Amino acid sequence: MNSQDRLIVSPAPHVHDKTTVKNVMWNVVLALVPALLFATYYWGVRALLLSLTGAVAAVVCEALIQKLRKVPVTVHDGSAFLTGLLLAFNIHAGAPIWLPIVGAFFAIGVGKQVFGGLGNNPVNPALLGRAFLLASWPTQMTAGWVAAKDSAMSGINNLSRIATNLEQLSPKAYELVTSATPLKVAQTLRDSSFVADINAQAGGIDLGGRIFGSLTEMETLKSLFWGNIGGCIGEVSAFALLLGAAYLLYKNIIEWRIPLYYIGTVFVLTFIFGGIPGSGTSVMLPFFHIFSGGLMLGAFFMATDYTTTPITKRGRIIFGIGCGLLTVMIRFVGGYPEGVSYSILFMNVMTPLIDMMTLPKAFGKVKK
Amino acid sequence: MQLKTFPGGIHPHDEKHYSKAAAISKFPTPNRVIIHLSQHIGAPSTPIVAVGDTVLKGQPIAEPSGFVSLTQHASISGKVSKIAKFMHPNGAMSMAIEITSDGLEQMVELSNDENFMELDAEILKERIAAAGICGMGGAGFPTHVKLSPPADKPIDVVVLNGVECEPYLTSDHRLMLERAEDILHGLKLIMKVVGAKKGMIGIEANKPDAILLMEKLCAKEKNLEVVALKMQYPQGAEKQLIFAATGRKVPAGGLPMAIGVVVQNVGTSVAIYEAARYRKPLIDRVISITGSIVKSPQNFLAPIGTLYSELVEASGGTTAAIGKAISGGPMMGFALPSLDAAMTKGSSGLVLFNQKEARSMAEHTCLRCARCVDICPMNLMPSIIANAVKYNDLDMAVKTGLNDCIKCGSCAFVCPAQIRLVQWIDTGKLRYAEAQRKK
Repeated sequence: MNSQDRLIVSPAPHVHDKTTVKNVMWNVVLALVPALLFATYYWGVRALLLSLTGAVAAVVCEALIQKLRKVPVTVHDGSAFLTGLLLAFNIHAGAPIWLPIVGAFFAIGVGKQVFGGLGNNPVNPALLGRAFLLASWPTQMTAGWVAAKDSAMSGINNLSRIATNLEQLSPKAYELVTSATPLKVAQTLRDSSFVADINAQAGGIDLGGRIFGSLTEMETLKSLFWGNIGGCIGEVSAFALLLGAAYLLYKNIIEWRIPLYYIGTVFVLTFIFGGIPGSGTSVMLPFFHIFSGGLMLGAFFMATDYTTTPITKRGRIIFGIGCGLLTVMIRFVGGYPEGVSYSILFMNVMTPLIDMMTLPKAFGKVKK
Repeated sequence: MQLKTFPGGIHPHDEKHYSKAAAISKFPTPNRVIIHLSQHIGAPSTPIVAVGDTVLKGQPIAEPSGFVSLTQHASISGKVSKIAKFMHPNGAMSMAIEITSDGLEQMVELSNDENFMELDAEILKERIAAAGICGMGGAGFPTHVKLSPPADKPIDVVVLNGVECEPYLTSDHRLMLERAEDILHGLKLIMKVVGAKKGMIGIEANKPDAILLMEKLCAKEKNLEVVALKMQYPQGAEKQLIFAATGRKVPAGGLPMAIGVVVQNVGTSVAIYEAARYRKPLIDRVISITGSIVKSPQNFLAPIGTLYSELVEASGGTTAAIGKAISGGPMMGFALPSLDAAMTKGSSGLVLFNQKEARSMAEHTCLRCARCVDICPMNLMPSIIANAVKYNDLDMAVKTGLNDCIKCGSCAFVCPAQIRLVQWIDTGKLRYAEAQRKK
């Protein structure tokens, strides 16, 4: 050995699997690309524009705050970009362009940097940003939806299945099946007076039941699966989101417990409690519920957020079940057609408690 | 083949290709050796020679200073030239006896007991103690102590550790290929000493040749079993190996003897055989000199106390500047400040990294990604322990597993935030010990 050689002395281990924060974050962004492409295909280039605007706004906001805090600017790690993108995924393609910008600033500023940045935020910043937008600009968040390329927003395209004669459809019923998201249709039909109303207008046939039934028809489920519906950018295709999720699971970036228990809980509960008054339920209803709304996005991309979810194995199971329970409660008895984001936010704040209550027993430790 | 393993763990690249084909070669007599007084767990040995004394190869030069201690022997013949502090393979400076070679290789007289298998257990234990044998897998617990379980803890299984799960290292692999019969002799001797009915050898699947050879030799032995293990780090850790091989769990805070098991490294097994049959003291061992920049990676049978610098030189030197010199494997080994350290009975390898391989990244805030929790072979909460230590909350650290940590380094290996989890946990262990002393 050359005596000039300077040897590095550092604690073991001396090898690493080369995973970095940066690598993890950009891989999640990559996993969202299929969904972004599907959204752009179905809802036009504006979906892409809004998404990128949200992402860039988040990056700008994080850089500004880090400059103000006089700490190193770490926007290259991709976490702000990801937050901005996820926030924009909670906005529909017809929204004004300032909406994701404001949302991203709130998400990064109040949701993340206030607490000290990456790793320290108590709740999912993107979801906090969405909750802020929904509370502040409910009209912009929920009006002016864009219909998918070649489908009704509700995903119910085959109106002849519902009524042999379209005149049977009252304006109220027609509006319902042509201008809302699938979950909004399901929610509206849970209102028994509304159902009685459209049934009466249709001359006494069970129109509500037929519309409800059509939600679980193969054709509607296909629309949901491929994304041929109305909704937020990230509510697009279950297929595109599953593709990204499969990539993340394969790369070992997300773990299966939370998504499995979340989606599983929604599946089971919607099977048991999913019917509408007077018309019962369909065995296909759980599929309608897991493929619609933001469940796939939420379960695989938001409920798996590292910082805001439990780190114990049992804790993750509880978290997933809790999210599923709350989502179904909000969808069935709450005021919103969709409950994914509030469920996750609620479970986020439970996370420290869940972790402490589910600490594992060391290998070889016996019950006292 | 049904491969067994344990829950948790990681899969680092094994990097054994550098040295696994290099047959064990005898290292030429070094110019000097440095025999450390602390090569083992327990009290450092007490020198029984003085500077200027002439010693024979194999002559005792330090005696045990208590029950949990060890006899040390001269590994070459020559003159005691210094008794002072020298660099230990753990990087620290500690007391050692330096012997300068006379080049004569004069050895104490050995015997040859053909009937070594008939020897009484007590005599075997005496010979093992006299030979100064300690665990050669790394921890270095005095073997005669480990083989003296209390009467109320009967041992029924002896597990030989041929796992060698540390990346790069191949010394145990070569030993299993070249000294298989001696290893099995040693195993039978250990079984006899502790009165165990069953013997097992755990070998990972990346050493198929060793598995086949051992299986062939054990085919006719009813009470010996070769356990092929799925590759997974840290399978060579005692508790993990015992679980993989026998399905038994060592109680937290307890020893393997509590569940009737004793584990010994394959190298230790050979040393036990040699001590029983020839009364040969442990004065040499196989050590891998390996890494991408070692010109001709080796598995040397070298005298204890040989300087790492001499071992590297005998391996042809390096093809590039050394960035890091690791005594032991890269998962649990020590990074040395220089190659001036001398090998001990627990030195299984020296791994050299170039400057690029030696680079590590800066620590980031914990993301709470839970990778460390998912792979911890002891089912602990590494990130929480580290954080608790950082903020001096020892109660929380203990509650989340501080005292159960085996320091295998798996958590730090997978941490995307590059947090030095083992270092934090180590700090916590020290602080905890300090706090206990004050009580």
